[in-house]
Amino acid sequence: MKSAATVQKKRSRRSLSKTDRFTLATFVGIPTLLQIILLWVPAVVTIILSFTYWNGIRLKDIQWAGIQNYKNIFVNNPLFYQALKNNAIWLAFFVLIATPLGILLAYQIDRGIKGHAFYESIYYLPVVLSLAVIGIIWNFMLQPGGFVQGLMGRDIGNAISIWGNPKINTWVILGIASWRHIGYIMLLYLSGLKSVDPALKEAAAIDGATDWEIFRKIILPTMKPVNIIIVVITLIESLRAFDLVYIIYGSPTIFPLLNLLVFQNFAGQGISMKGAAYAVILLLLCIVPIITYLRISFQEDIK
Amino acid sequence: MSTAVVQSAEYRNNQKRKDTFISIFIGIFAFVWIFPILWTVWTSLRPYNDIISYGIFSWPRRLTFDNYINAIREMKIGVYLLNSLLVTVPSVILTLFFGSLVAFVVTRYQYKFNLWILLLFTAGNMLPIVLTYIPVFWMFIWIGELFGNRNLLYNNYGGLILVHVGFQVGFATFVLSSYMKTIPKEISESATIDGANVFRHYWNVILPLLRPALAALSVLMTTWIYNEFFWALVLMSDDSKRPITSALRRLQGQYVTDFNLLAAGAIIAAAPTVIMFFVLRKQFIAGLTLGSTKG
Repeated sequence: MKSAATVQKKRSRRSLSKTDRFTLATFVGIPTLLQIILLWVPAVVTIILSFTYWNGIRLKDIQWAGIQNYKNIFVNNPLFYQALKNNAIWLAFFVLIATPLGILLAYQIDRGIKGHAFYESIYYLPVVLSLAVIGIIWNFMLQPGGFVQGLMGRDIGNAISIWGNPKINTWVILGIASWRHIGYIMLLYLSGLKSVDPALKEAAAIDGATDWEIFRKIILPTMKPVNIIIVVITLIESLRAFDLVYIIYGSPTIFPLLNLLVFQNFAGQGISMKGAAYAVILLLLCIVPIITYLRISFQEDIK
Repeated sequence: MSTAVVQSAEYRNNQKRKDTFISIFIGIFAFVWIFPILWTVWTSLRPYNDIISYGIFSWPRRLTFDNYINAIREMKIGVYLLNSLLVTVPSVILTLFFGSLVAFVVTRYQYKFNLWILLLFTAGNMLPIVLTYIPVFWMFIWIGELFGNRNLLYNNYGGLILVHVGFQVGFATFVLSSYMKTIPKEISESATIDGANVFRHYWNVILPLLRPALAALSVLMTTWIYNEFFWALVLMSDDSKRPITSALRRLQGQYVTDFNLLAAGAIIAAAPTVIMFFVLRKQFIAGLTLGSTKG
């Protein structure tokens, strides 16, 4: 069987004319070239730049710095450790609260409750909004003279500061981030749940299994690949989080996040290669989830 | 036998009661979920002076579209929307075209490098994008100077389109190749036996079969590319050339006091993706399911 396939494979490859081989090369070549030039080369260049001093203006000003940029990040730099802490809080919140809520929501909606298609759309709606729009919407809700302040009986004169208050801003930001994340996880999980045989659940229920037991013993094991992918997405999203905070604050001083530090040092005016070093640290943190994801996606192909 | 039937009926009854309860709970929660959006729409319909004199919870004296008209007139929202269109449409088309080309070769022909190409594209899709800002910025200026025109790619729609294609093509390739694996090999074999060359095999045989996947992906890609605004901040120096989601950030600073006007601007900016989501909901969800992830 195998040898027949090999023979056929050989024959089909040999039968390709010169033009055909040229067409194939062009088909793969142009997109691959684009991908390498726009993504992989810049990524490698950034890694190299992280070992240099440069202000991003003239190429000839680049100077070798060794590991000095990294030293500057790790030593005497409270912003970095605050960012790490905030990313860790973000991660913990997403893994322990937002993602399970999304899964729970998907599980309930999947049971075909009344109006499930409508609810599905509502919960997903924040995901299709641009973060620029989300920033404006939540500013309306929370700013002095906005809805939430009004609800608390505070008008513009005696409004409390929400964005500037370190005791609450973390939770407000995580809440807004979850507003998007929960809908996203819900939809991903829903599509997986549709493949679980409903007869399986019903049989278990008739045998006296509780909802929680059904979820733990039937749903979770059947959904294993989806579960892993959702965990990986949650990890990567938490590590890369920053756009929402950038929209709200514009700078990393109040609520630092790793990616925000990269962006601040590595784009726009007054750049320094400390930003490149931050980017490399971020990349190193992302590598484990990325490889896990690739391994799951290509399990069969690698075999 | 009969006890099973009774039990089953009891189970269904029980389940129904529980479902009603959960349904109400999820319904209330859904209202909370969508409330900020509704509130923004509501605010955008009220004149600024009304709110200043009577407070935010006051019953509206009148509801108008004045804020929308002013947003288009003063904020030049129309120009920014057009910019978004000029960037998004070619980016989506090119991304899908390139993605389908690579997916076609790696799934229809047996080469040793296929897996490596797929890995390269999928891994590229997950790289933190900030990693590439400065080198891409410099590369664009450098290429421009090489051709004697600094603004060939930098500060130009073409450059922004190229960047979007480069960053989205990985996802498109991944999704389309997993979809193409489900198309039977026999279709390709008979095409080859009939003497179709590679281009015809792609264009006349495979591409028509990809239509559902392409439709689903194009909806998803349009949303992502339309909503993306960091690249435009990095690569577009002229504000008048920026897409609407990037421009909104500046407008937010400029019109910070007149939030009814800003609300109208935000709603206009959100409208294309929201409308598309409701009209093409099936394609949208299918796109997510096909890819199951977007980092």
